[in-house]
Amino acid sequence: MEKQYCRLTAHEIRDALRAGDVTAEAVARSYLDRIARVDDRVRAYVDVWRDYALERAGKIDARLAKGEDPGALAGIPIALKDVLCTTVGRTECCSKILKGYRSPYDATAVRTMREAGAVFLGKTNMDEFAMGSSTENSTVQMTRNPWNLACVPGGSSGGAAAAVAADEAAIAIGSDTGGSVRQPAALCGCLGLKPTYGRVSRYGLVAFASSLDQIGPFTKDVEDMALIMNVLFGKDPMDATSADLEVPDFTRCLDAGVSGLTVGLPKEYFTEALNAEMRSKVEGAVAVLEKLGAKAIEVSLPHTPYAIAVYYIICTAEASANLARFDGVRYGYRASNVADVKDMYHRTKSEGFGPEVQRRIMLGTYVLSSGYYDAYYLKAQKVRALIRRDFEAAFERCDVILTPTSPTPAFKFGEKTADPLEMYLSDIYTISVNLAGIPGLSIPCGLTARGLPVGLQILAKPFAEETLLRAAYAYEHSRGFDMGRPPLD
Amino acid sequence: MEYEAVIGMEVHVEIDTRSKVFCACSTRFDAPPNTNVCPVCLGLPGAMPVLNRAMVDASVAVGLALNCTISRWSKLDRKNYFYPDMAKNYQISQYDLPLCHGGWIEIDIAGQTKRIGITRAHMEEDTARNVHGIGSNESGIDFNRSGVPLLEIVTEPDLRSAEEVHAYLVALKQILGYLGVSDCNMEEGSLRAEANVSLRPAGSSVFGTKTEIKNVASFSGVYKAIQYEVARQAGILDEGGAVVQATRGWDADRGVTFEQRSKEEAHDYRYFPEPDLVPVVVDETWEQRIRESLPELPRARYRRFRESYGLSDHDAGILTSTRAMADYFEQTVAAGADAKKAANWIMGDLQALLTEAALDIGQCPLQPAHLADMVALIDSGTISGKIAKEILPEMLRTGKAAKALVKEKGLAQISDEGQLDALARQVVEAHPGPAADFRAGKEKALGFLVGQVMKATRGQANPQMVNEILVKLLTEGK
Repeated sequence: MEKQYCRLTAHEIRDALRAGDVTAEAVARSYLDRIARVDDRVRAYVDVWRDYALERAGKIDARLAKGEDPGALAGIPIALKDVLCTTVGRTECCSKILKGYRSPYDATAVRTMREAGAVFLGKTNMDEFAMGSSTENSTVQMTRNPWNLACVPGGSSGGAAAAVAADEAAIAIGSDTGGSVRQPAALCGCLGLKPTYGRVSRYGLVAFASSLDQIGPFTKDVEDMALIMNVLFGKDPMDATSADLEVPDFTRCLDAGVSGLTVGLPKEYFTEALNAEMRSKVEGAVAVLEKLGAKAIEVSLPHTPYAIAVYYIICTAEASANLARFDGVRYGYRASNVADVKDMYHRTKSEGFGPEVQRRIMLGTYVLSSGYYDAYYLKAQKVRALIRRDFEAAFERCDVILTPTSPTPAFKFGEKTADPLEMYLSDIYTISVNLAGIPGLSIPCGLTARGLPVGLQILAKPFAEETLLRAAYAYEHSRGFDMGRPPLD
Repeated sequence: MEYEAVIGMEVHVEIDTRSKVFCACSTRFDAPPNTNVCPVCLGLPGAMPVLNRAMVDASVAVGLALNCTISRWSKLDRKNYFYPDMAKNYQISQYDLPLCHGGWIEIDIAGQTKRIGITRAHMEEDTARNVHGIGSNESGIDFNRSGVPLLEIVTEPDLRSAEEVHAYLVALKQILGYLGVSDCNMEEGSLRAEANVSLRPAGSSVFGTKTEIKNVASFSGVYKAIQYEVARQAGILDEGGAVVQATRGWDADRGVTFEQRSKEEAHDYRYFPEPDLVPVVVDETWEQRIRESLPELPRARYRRFRESYGLSDHDAGILTSTRAMADYFEQTVAAGADAKKAANWIMGDLQALLTEAALDIGQCPLQPAHLADMVALIDSGTISGKIAKEILPEMLRTGKAAKALVKEKGLAQISDEGQLDALARQVVEAHPGPAADFRAGKEKALGFLVGQVMKATRGQANPQMVNEILVKLLTEGK
């Protein structure tokens, strides 16, 4: 039997490739075989690019054979959330309205990874237009949590998280608007990063809420996170909001340790609402860092209770404009037998968008309407500034903030779909981070008694991803347990 | 009842940047349909706008020329509405924080100078163009124009008549032309004007209900539309009726305005800040750089032309009507021509020839230095004014210098006294009648005799000398 390269981390694959112990093609085959073996159960992928991946891997091998440097991600099999524009395959955002849509250009993130030698395996499942916390809003399929197939993988990047957790990709790229990378990472037991707003170009990321969206990676360990960050981060002239800052070599700052680091624990996050089991796992992680020389203090983020309300005003407002272009005029789905242009708009959108997307478009349209703008959108922007200031004040007293990533572990299918508000609460610990624009990383911190992963969220000041990695790496190497692998074999 | 019209203008000007306002596509929209397009101006999923700095430069220049304050910090907003020519179904514009605000422009009306307030000037993107009737029952959309930069210039309701509006548009176009930021061609849609018109009883300070007139394709159309609308509203008010607040179109063929959309049907544009763009920060240095690059503006140049060159109001006005003409004039003078003579040639013969050839003076093949040389040839008596008029079309056509043409065609003026004396004697002999008339005191007869000499020399004789020689001949013989 062929060796299971799909169990390796990206940096292990890199080292093995460079040592000549393995070929990129063998690695790609191992992943494609794994997908063939488990994805009918996990259903992480909406499209697998088998031929493309093998062809790419072959090219990488040819370059390696010639002694060329094929790039930092050479031969690394990577999965892409269906929200990223790719010239290969289709870009549908798991929505009927973009059915069959082929992008004429690659997202900047996709292009830079390809140029660094990445081997893309295909597109992963997601909540339609990244709106949701369980991937149940996909119009394509339900992705299952690899740890328990009766549970959701989280969302909206559920397919990407499940792919990494199930060894169906070494790395996956998702997008995080309110927790859509960190929450599924937590629920699936892998790492997920929401970079500082502006760190990664959004050009070619189909927009949900432009002031909150960030592309973020899923990995199997911290070193892989550093590896992918080195490639993804940086100024893009095509994205005016991307930050013109130098990108450090993140792989070089991992083992600085946490001695002398102050860890803040926001009292508003550790309340009765937090599941006791989750709480003990997070506290266990804090204890590990304290043992390594970090100091834990309580901090306060007083405007936390407003975060969900603020988030659902701002993200829906922006979404209502961002999704206006899907109208059947130029591309995507168009309703047939329409009476006139207005009828075409109405029916295309009613038939093409799913219920959650329609709900958010309507909410967003409402909060921007004349007469309501000041009470909703403007007020929300003001409170958003207060939430940002909460973090600024907290970070004057600490270097990183630790919180649970999600209030609960993975839940059952259908458990929260009846009540949208219940579903929105899944992101209670993650959305403030998007509102504040700061970086956040979710790293596994144990399994519940029922064998579901728990995620620890580490937050830092804007552009202080190095500090995040430092804390995460120290924790990862001292946490004293092995997460093991999901019971798929 | 006597009414006062209260009019405010909104003018959209297409700014001549090389690339579009939010992407790198060419702004040439006369190219084959949908060839100057990219994911950004097509509004494709995932595409993002990046503001063209050249647009900010041009907009700041217009703002400064219109005496506006330039916002140190302004932003772009999304204006949401659905229409097939809108790639994203929102237009990126500026809502509450425009780049330029609080300025003014001077117009001349009935011999008086009047200041019209400029409320604001803001940046936005143009839409695509719907093309109907292609194929059997199909419409198409040409996105070449999508994302072409527009500057919307809004006045205070300071205008009081169609004449003032016309003067405003002319003055605005003149300034924009001087800045070189737009060709302001209304027929081609690079300048679009909308008028907000209301009436109130003369002497009142309360505003009446306004209508907004759109879709007018020329300055004269704007003039007529406003005249019509003012009369229409006066008629309604005279009959005790109420003006309905609405957007009205202009039917140029029938010469009437007509209701397009009432207030109730007005859009709620749901403006909010464009999250894909960062705020526009124009600092002191940037503003100063643009200020220093501004050309002398038309009114300043007009005043200087009167004072420095001693030109009449009329001549100074015509010569400063466009920057190209003013430049041409000054280059001609700088090449040595007398200002008034240069002015006459430029406004007269040269302009007529250019009009005939459908050329702008900026494209004039005749170099100002060559025009100055031609004037010098007249001054020195080498050629007569008549010859100059004759050779000017060829100078324009070929770009050749006057001196070269005169030499080539042997057109130099005959100023040889002996030669002219001989000719004069022959003419007097051949025409004893007129000669006798002159001697008898009929001075008009001299003209005939001069004409005969000129005719014999095909116009090349120095008329001044011919005149003097003939008078001498005829009086001597007495």
